[in-house]
Amino acid sequence: MRNLALLETSFAARTPRPVILDASGITALDTNGAWLLQRMLRTYAAQDVPAQLTGLREEFRALLELIEARTTTVDDAPIPKALGMLGRLGQETIERLDQSLRLLTFIGEVSAAFLRTIRKPSRIRWRALFSCVERAGVRAIPIVALLSFLLGIVIAYQGGLQLQSYGANIFIVELVTLTMFREFGPMMTAIIIAGRTGSAYTAEIGTMKVTEEIDALKTIGISPFELLVLPKILGLMIALPLLTLVADAAGVLGGMVMAATLLDVSYLDFLDRIPREVTLRSFLLGIGKAPVFAMIVAVVGCFQGFQVMGSADSVGRQTTVSVVQAIFLVIVTDAAFSILYSWLGI
Amino acid sequence: MPVPILQVRGVIQAYGEHSVIHGLSFALAKGRIGCLLGPSGSGKTTTLRCIAGFEAISDGEILLSGKTVSRAGYLVPPELRRIGMVFQDYALFSHLTVAGNIAFGLGLMAKSERAARVADLLSIVGLTDAQDKFPHQLSGGQQQRVALARALAPEPELLLLDEPFSSLDADLRPRLSLDVRAILKQQNATAILVTHDQQEAFALADEIGVINDGALMQWDTAYNLYHRPANRFVADFIGQGVFVNGTVLTEKQVEIELGILSGEAATQYAVGSRVDVLLRPDDIVHDDASPLQAEVLNKAFRGAEILYTLKLPSGSTALSLVPSHHNHAIGEKIGIRLEADHIVAFTKPA
Repeated sequence: MRNLALLETSFAARTPRPVILDASGITALDTNGAWLLQRMLRTYAAQDVPAQLTGLREEFRALLELIEARTTTVDDAPIPKALGMLGRLGQETIERLDQSLRLLTFIGEVSAAFLRTIRKPSRIRWRALFSCVERAGVRAIPIVALLSFLLGIVIAYQGGLQLQSYGANIFIVELVTLTMFREFGPMMTAIIIAGRTGSAYTAEIGTMKVTEEIDALKTIGISPFELLVLPKILGLMIALPLLTLVADAAGVLGGMVMAATLLDVSYLDFLDRIPREVTLRSFLLGIGKAPVFAMIVAVVGCFQGFQVMGSADSVGRQTTVSVVQAIFLVIVTDAAFSILYSWLGI
Repeated sequence: MPVPILQVRGVIQAYGEHSVIHGLSFALAKGRIGCLLGPSGSGKTTTLRCIAGFEAISDGEILLSGKTVSRAGYLVPPELRRIGMVFQDYALFSHLTVAGNIAFGLGLMAKSERAARVADLLSIVGLTDAQDKFPHQLSGGQQQRVALARALAPEPELLLLDEPFSSLDADLRPRLSLDVRAILKQQNATAILVTHDQQEAFALADEIGVINDGALMQWDTAYNLYHRPANRFVADFIGQGVFVNGTVLTEKQVEIELGILSGEAATQYAVGSRVDVLLRPDDIVHDDASPLQAEVLNKAFRGAEILYTLKLPSGSTALSLVPSHHNHAIGEKIGIRLEADHIVAFTKPA
């Protein structure tokens, strides 16, 4: 193979006319060689150079004929020119717009399926829904609790150092509790769940798409939206607020531990101050974001699952896209919530 | 005449400028098994997916039991079509047992009724003993029978089989295709099979449509496709054979170098015109007493028969299927005789 290019250039350098190719010296010929020979003959024919192949052994001629029969003219077709930067930008833009349109269609279909099942609650797949609550919620408690606990420690440590220099140690309670309740509790949980459950949704639906199980469901009269998508979305909308509760508690606990060891704020003082200084409204505003985040993560996860095409490597690709998109949208939505809340003055 | 279960009328399916199916029409009556047969990339699977409702069509219409389910801009979703489908890679639900898979589409049935239907189907496909196993514990053939039972369970109006045997071992295919045919006939099911394997099509189907390049070449019985191909593509694609030169002698006779053939097909050609005549391996028989001699170029042993490739005196080649005990060496000259009762002839390509 390595010599092939070399051979080709040395052949191309000599173009006497007319050409007689003496092949009597060929003692061994594989498909590469036959292809090269055949291509030379074709090149001469294209240039109207009369070429003749002589002395080729009978068994090699059969190979040559085989190659000739299998040759397609695809390699002669002009290679499409690579797009310029503007072209690529346009292509990417169209692709993004197209995907947004598909996402909108998907949301529409899910809403329609939701309205159908709401009218007939017997059609809700309770088993699938609760198994989803269990897998996405109950089993995520340890990781959510641990990470939130650590986050509480980090906030308390960083904030505490500043507060300490003003002698305002006791304000660590508001700092930790408010940031956990209003922002970090819901957002951290949503991000963890996007990585843990959103990706699982994409992989599960994507794999079923590859193995044609989605099509099989449809042909036996079952809507994949009712069986797969709705229980996942509803299940996560139940699980995520509960997990946020766990995250809030674990985060405050982490802050408490740090406050006690670093800032001399006792557990009792800490707990005593929370209900006096932190309103129920702050807590509810945080928890209220959780169902919205849950919907985003579940819808993106399921949607990307349905975008899987063809083979298994597409499952991996869409899973990555699913996680990135879900986290992106969660953070953007959280920012939107902040703007909304400050606009409303709450 | 009752309304056919499936009617496909002038269906065109295109992605952008590229059309996959152009103008396909056929119909299938209740209880019949049809087959779409064609080389890969001919659009047969796309046709099946259009019938199932997975793909929208650009023109024409598809009717199930006389009701339009697909036309341009209109699509009844697959789950509302009352169809069953058997997929190439089975597509069984891996977390459910065999019985669970079969029962999956029977959600609306009463519990006892559902159990009875599942038991019934299990015995039909011969898997009663395997009902509590999971799909991965079964062989390919068994999995495909589960898939068939699952597709039949909701009593679909039309069953679609997408290359159902192509993932199976070659020696398993003929037996399973006969089994499947027996099951479908017993259930009086109407079915469409898609395959590129002629033997499968012959074994399973009542009527076969040969598809090439998104168009229907011929819709006929297996016998007619083999013996009365409508065009050169079908003649070439179905079975083996070679074309030899012939001259039209009279309205019912064509002369080729091996003798004179008689039949109806010559009527469409002018007397004296030159045509290509299709010779099947079974049209030429071995006869030691025959004055006609041909040289053996190649031979393929097939057990009961040997397929000889022969070189005729004029230099053109022909195939002959000869009982296996007439074992001749390559290069040997053997006596042959023409034994064909009909003519398949086409005008020479320009």
